[in-house]
Amino acid sequence: MLSADLLANAVVAGILLGGFYAAVALGLAIVFGQLDIVNIAHPAFVIVGSYIAYILNSRFGFDPVLIGFAAAPVFFFVGALIYRVYFLAFERTGQESLSGLAFFFGVMFIIEVSLILVYGVDYRLVQAEYIGQTWSIGFVDLPLRMLVPFAMSVALTAGIYLYLSRTFMGRAIQAVAQDRLALQLMGANPVRVKQWAFGLGVATAAIAGAMLIIIGPVEPSVGRLYIGRAFAIVVLGGMGSIQGMFIAALILGVVESMVSTFVGPSWSPAVAFGVLALTLALRPAGLFGR
Amino acid sequence: MSGELLRVSNLGKRFGGFVALDRVSLSVRAGERLGLIGPNGSGKTTLINCISGALYNDSGEIHFDGREVTRLPPFLRARAGIARSFQIPKPFRSMTVLENLQVPLEYAAHGRAGRRRSADEALEVLETIGLRERAHEDSARLTQVDMRKLELARAMAAKPRLLISDEAMAGLSSTEVDEVLGILRRLNEAGITIIMIEHIMHAVMRFSERVICLVAGQIICEGTPESIVQDAGVQRAYLGE
Amino acid sequence: MKSAAFWGSLLALLAAGLALTEAFENEYYFNALYLILQGTLMAVAWNVLGGFTGYVNFGSAGFFAMGAYTTVALNKAFGLPLPLLILAGGAVGGLVGLGLGYLTLRLKGVYFAIATLAMAIVIETLVNNWSYVGGAKGSYLLTPEEYLWFKSYIQMLFIVMLLLTLAAVAVSRMLSASRLGRGLAAIRDDEVAAECSGVPTLRLKLISTTVMGAMMGVAGAPFPFFVTFVDPVSAFNLFIAVNAIAMPMIGGTSHWIGPVIGALLVGSTQEVVKVTVSSELNVLIVGVMLVVFITLAPQGIVGLARKYWRARPS
Repeated sequence: MLSADLLANAVVAGILLGGFYAAVALGLAIVFGQLDIVNIAHPAFVIVGSYIAYILNSRFGFDPVLIGFAAAPVFFFVGALIYRVYFLAFERTGQESLSGLAFFFGVMFIIEVSLILVYGVDYRLVQAEYIGQTWSIGFVDLPLRMLVPFAMSVALTAGIYLYLSRTFMGRAIQAVAQDRLALQLMGANPVRVKQWAFGLGVATAAIAGAMLIIIGPVEPSVGRLYIGRAFAIVVLGGMGSIQGMFIAALILGVVESMVSTFVGPSWSPAVAFGVLALTLALRPAGLFGR
Repeated sequence: MSGELLRVSNLGKRFGGFVALDRVSLSVRAGERLGLIGPNGSGKTTLINCISGALYNDSGEIHFDGREVTRLPPFLRARAGIARSFQIPKPFRSMTVLENLQVPLEYAAHGRAGRRRSADEALEVLETIGLRERAHEDSARLTQVDMRKLELARAMAAKPRLLISDEAMAGLSSTEVDEVLGILRRLNEAGITIIMIEHIMHAVMRFSERVICLVAGQIICEGTPESIVQDAGVQRAYLGE
Repeated sequence: MKSAAFWGSLLALLAAGLALTEAFENEYYFNALYLILQGTLMAVAWNVLGGFTGYVNFGSAGFFAMGAYTTVALNKAFGLPLPLLILAGGAVGGLVGLGLGYLTLRLKGVYFAIATLAMAIVIETLVNNWSYVGGAKGSYLLTPEEYLWFKSYIQMLFIVMLLLTLAAVAVSRMLSASRLGRGLAAIRDDEVAAECSGVPTLRLKLISTTVMGAMMGVAGAPFPFFVTFVDPVSAFNLFIAVNAIAMPMIGGTSHWIGPVIGALLVGSTQEVVKVTVSSELNVLIVGVMLVVFITLAPQGIVGLARKYWRARPS
């Protein structure tokens, strides 16, 4: 029952989806992959980004992508603030493991429940010209609501990759988890660097959130589906590797798409965790890990 | 009681591209007092980690008491009789000093030492090392010096056949150094084989029957304390060219 | 706490519970008490792993739901009495805890925590697709006719949950003061040093996850009879998972009484808020309390009490 065009569309849809997943995982790749901070609340921030896109889009009709980029600086400051609290409460006293995890879990919960309280559990969506249009190449469909986020995601990932490898601050971020002392000797304050990196991670959530609501309707508990995906991608890609993360995201997207098409959509939440489990069992360092 | 207790053959360990141990081989006789010296970063603690099982070596073999233990998990090596103290003390912070000793008594020594109440036995060990008054204090609030003593006491409480002390005397005053040396001597007289890693030269030289010098992951010299001190390689390692 | 005082208190609490069932008929109070006790049991269970070994379980709802769904399935298939259902729920929970631990406890604590979340979602997906127990649509259960000498079924459920909770607290206390408890605490304080002191860390961690899983399965087993309608959304609720973490962390994870204190504090606050303000806001409160407490008082109420006692001039 394996028709060529069904297969081709599943793969293409998977690639487009995977590209978007990379945008979601990007923030986690920075925060968990580079800094070893387990921000399990990251997908919740993405959902907040989605809701901000929804609010401004339905009120003023702004384009969601623009809203995402405009909201990013605000998210950056919020992220930096949250890192401050995390640092003062946990990193400084060496309590990261148990309390830090519980802290972010609590933050995630607060975000989700607050959204439910204010907006209820109805699905929300945004309006834009390109949503609903589809380009076609032969029998392969490229819905614009997937293509636009894919393109943005590639750009965002490339941007972060260049930032981390070419700028002083970017390299400091890469260094800070590996060798604090060397960083200090270079004249950079490790805490400031981590704060900047955390802010950066949360800023990407603003953009990823806007993309998410372009792809499809959003409601508060959607974030939880992305916890598994984001962690699976970061681990499969390898801690510390942005390129690896992107490839892992594409792989996950394709696998999920195939499972959804040929087995059933209600099984897709389990795919990410299956991938994560396999990676940890077979090759914990991931594809490109340090 | 003679005969080989520990044999390390061609041990290799790397961390990424860095070679920490390079085909290290040594043999320790039962009842021996062996000193292990070498500059910082030479691999002494890595060697101890491999012997005790905290790290797994990449190549080579470790034999203890006639058995191969190369892939044995650390807790089984502890039960077989290998005990070590940590260079930077790692006390069980939520427990009292006494409870810190009950853990190795109940787990490592259990079965080989009989079934007396572990609290009493722990107090006895604390007595020998001079920490008895602190028995019910939180281990997290000890002074640095007392923490080092606790480290050693914990290794002793495991009732080992081989005790490896990793820089147990750093920061101690000369009376305290003599105290610890005395304790280690008495343990040795009771039959416990001791490997001592130390930077305090006079302590190592007084205490050891044989000394091994490790530099950059390789053994460069082995012999009596007197011959080691005279060795050109050792002098170069410590004093520079 | 001395043994005599402890067991005496347990008996007193049981007697008080029984007295309540004689004195009052209003089902609302027993509903509320049942939920507080359920929360306490889950908190005590969570702490067996989290507090004793330092490994965080995010998927408590998964274990709880497995106990609930075991009841649904067995009740539909065989109509078993409640005590057997509770045992079955515990067995299933324990097995899953063992399996999960076996797969992931060799990894760093972080990966274990994510794995627990994974487990909960995977099992929820499986249940969603299992039509025998109602799948995503859920399942109805009839309130049984049998409730011994009590005035209503909910009274009996309340006493059952009271017994289970008291038993769990007793087990937890026994664990903490034993050789096993010291081994677990050593793992929490410094796993490498524990291993080098002869503690079989993997084995003990597996015991912890199994006991935790079993206790949570037991907590979930009577749930279908309590709510009469079970669906994956209610059984796998994030709220249950957050409560299971918040209560022990607020109360203090280092002592067996911490989760009890936390559960009583958080649970009663929730019941009060539910009645006075709103039921949705009540859900938010536990999240806020969790974040505030662990930021300001990471050792919980027990930790604060210890600091106070230490600071007093002797």
